[in-house]
Amino acid sequence: MLSRTADSLYWIARYMERAENLARILRVTDRLSLMPQGGESGGSEWHSTVVVSDCEEGFYRKYNDATPEHVISYLAFDPDNPSSIRRCIEAARHNARAVRTALTTEQWESLNATWLELALIQENRMRGSGLHRFLDWVRDRSLLFHGGTVATMLRRDSYHFMQLGTFMERGDNTARILDVKYHVLLPEHAEVGGGIDYYQWASILRAVSGYRSYHVLYKEGIRPWLIAEFLIMREQMPRSLISSTARIKDCLDNLGEEYGQRHECHRLAGQYYSQLRFGKVGDVFHQGLHEFLTRYIEQNNQLGVEISRSYLM
Amino acid sequence: MGEAIFDEMGLNGAEVRRAYQGLREWLDETPAEVLSLRREEAETFFRRIGITFAVYGEGGDPERIIPFDIIPRILEAAEWKYISAGLVQRVRALNAFIGDVYGAQEIVRAGLVPLDQIILNETYQHQMQGVQVPAGVYTHVSGIDMVRVGPEEFYVLEDNVRTPSGVSYMLENREITMRLFPELFSRHNVAPVDHYCDDLLVTLSSVRPRNCDDDPTVALLTPGIYNSAYYEHSFLADQMGVELVEGPDLYVKDDIVYMRTTEGPKRVDVIYRRVDDDYLDPLAFRPDSMLGAAGLMNAYREGNVTLANAVGAGIADDKSTYTYVPAMIEFYLGEKPILRNVPTYRCSEPDDYAYVIERLDELVVKQVHGSGGYGMLVGPKATRAELAVFTQLLKASPEKYIAQPTLALSTCPTFVNEGVAPRHVDLRPFVLAGTEIRVVPGGLTRVALREGSLVVNSSQGGGTKDTWVLRE
Repeated sequence: MLSRTADSLYWIARYMERAENLARILRVTDRLSLMPQGGESGGSEWHSTVVVSDCEEGFYRKYNDATPEHVISYLAFDPDNPSSIRRCIEAARHNARAVRTALTTEQWESLNATWLELALIQENRMRGSGLHRFLDWVRDRSLLFHGGTVATMLRRDSYHFMQLGTFMERGDNTARILDVKYHVLLPEHAEVGGGIDYYQWASILRAVSGYRSYHVLYKEGIRPWLIAEFLIMREQMPRSLISSTARIKDCLDNLGEEYGQRHECHRLAGQYYSQLRFGKVGDVFHQGLHEFLTRYIEQNNQLGVEISRSYLM
Repeated sequence: MGEAIFDEMGLNGAEVRRAYQGLREWLDETPAEVLSLRREEAETFFRRIGITFAVYGEGGDPERIIPFDIIPRILEAAEWKYISAGLVQRVRALNAFIGDVYGAQEIVRAGLVPLDQIILNETYQHQMQGVQVPAGVYTHVSGIDMVRVGPEEFYVLEDNVRTPSGVSYMLENREITMRLFPELFSRHNVAPVDHYCDDLLVTLSSVRPRNCDDDPTVALLTPGIYNSAYYEHSFLADQMGVELVEGPDLYVKDDIVYMRTTEGPKRVDVIYRRVDDDYLDPLAFRPDSMLGAAGLMNAYREGNVTLANAVGAGIADDKSTYTYVPAMIEFYLGEKPILRNVPTYRCSEPDDYAYVIERLDELVVKQVHGSGGYGMLVGPKATRAELAVFTQLLKASPEKYIAQPTLALSTCPTFVNEGVAPRHVDLRPFVLAGTEIRVVPGGLTRVALREGSLVVNSSQGGGTKDTWVLRE
């Protein structure tokens, strides 16, 4: 297939996954800010959200403070923010239009309908239940698209490129969410394991749809090192780092087999997967969670560059 | 050219014409509310599928849908037989003309077409002189614009042999009519059109370069998603199962064209290009073009890739060339033209100019190189100011204009806000020319939705209809 087509498919999936993750993050932030403990952390939820989504620079160029209104507007709707939900959906649909022959009817119609409905959504209705309806809508549209992809797309290179985009983005997002909790969200003088800490860790789990799953796997209650293990090394958890890395490796293996050729990206994916598969969570803490996650994000980026070099240009 | 307007169904107590009897009954028994509902369904369908086109330079919604009129236009088998024979004849002559222009120019030596008409024409491409194209085919895809003024009177208004568009609407309109009105459809014996894309692929494959294998790689070259016909490009590529490529996807090495794929370079043999000549190759034409591929013309001249339609084919569909087509048919084929031309005044000629400038308010004036209904004057409908503007334009550069009498275009029943009412229509059938010539029974019917309007162009508020050709 054309490299440009593969590139577009890969980015359609990445943009939809990014839009969904932003919606998840905004929902949890809004929930946190409603809790009594929210006052104690001085409203840092909204600032942390800006950090999670990697928009600090652009956001504070435009606004002085992270009020709920500013953050929601910037992350959900701002056309100047290249990672806003609006821009992600527009970019996904733009790419889809360019390669619609490579998509199934279900995929195209779902993306096109999402884009058409987005144009009807009014930003000024985004308070209270309006915001929740909107965020649910974003999540649902992404899940619908993803489901449409899995259910209708022929298992060949085009499918693997889309899945690759989904899991590259998901791994990156999960790492960022976890990293921000460790570094930014926790107020300096707050007691580790205290009330604020508990809700914040719980919110991390909710952001990745992992709150209930965590309790199924771990009976000890909310424990930071267990949450880290859950989100880094548990392959049962579909949004964990190892899950994303394993799926990336699978996609690349499938492509390698289909094309009869392997590249540097295959070696890297294998290496990164082994690190997670055979590493110990104790070592992660020994090394420092933040350092570990920073390295993960860098490696993920490097893998992205290699994937591009081998297939997308 | 009769004064009275011919309605293809039959109006005001006139007898309903045979092809329309089933439709007339169906219209009588179907309440307007049902038609309204169906029209809304049709619009939703077009939006959802994303069948849109762009209108240049007007702002507003960049992706509009062309209004679709839900009432089909119907042609009888005998009418179609006559039309398609005329189309095949016409395309054979146009193709022979292009081959002659870029070859021995016998038609010039015979004194039928002046040399200046060719070599001073903006569409003439001197790079094509002496180039051999596979099977001698230049006009792989033609769209011939026709109008009807009476039961037996069809005229060709314009030939389009560069990159004619609209065929996707012919196909999608049929899809939607079958979906919306299965009962009406099943009452008629309608010739299918959905093999068009198969025919197109067969046509393109039949003109593969001589040095390629039996399974040529065909690609459709599009200017990209901002092009007004992008939907059609992606639709056709999809239906044919070929790659839809943009300029940057292609590169030329040692006079061979390749596309960049996830498996490395892949040779391309036939390019159905929907990019104009001037943008195909920055080395041969406009150096600022990003829409083509550098070196494409060399590969083409070497016979390593086939371009469809051929470079320079525009010489045959220029509006001033149009007037010579009947002569071409007699010259190249030794046949009488089956389809008639509309009498046309060439403003470059002093006598014609004098005639036109006196009668602007009766005539339709068109730019020789224009398309899409832009820069055109419909005399009888024009304001004084518009007439004054065109008088100036004509005085300044008469050679850029032609004029034709205003034709009383036929009307067809159309569902508009006032209910079912007659509206003017034209017809663009599509002709495919490879080693064989094929015409799919049907075409794109365009309809002027405003009462009395004669301008059917989609860029000027026209709509489309499904076009049925009945089988015997």
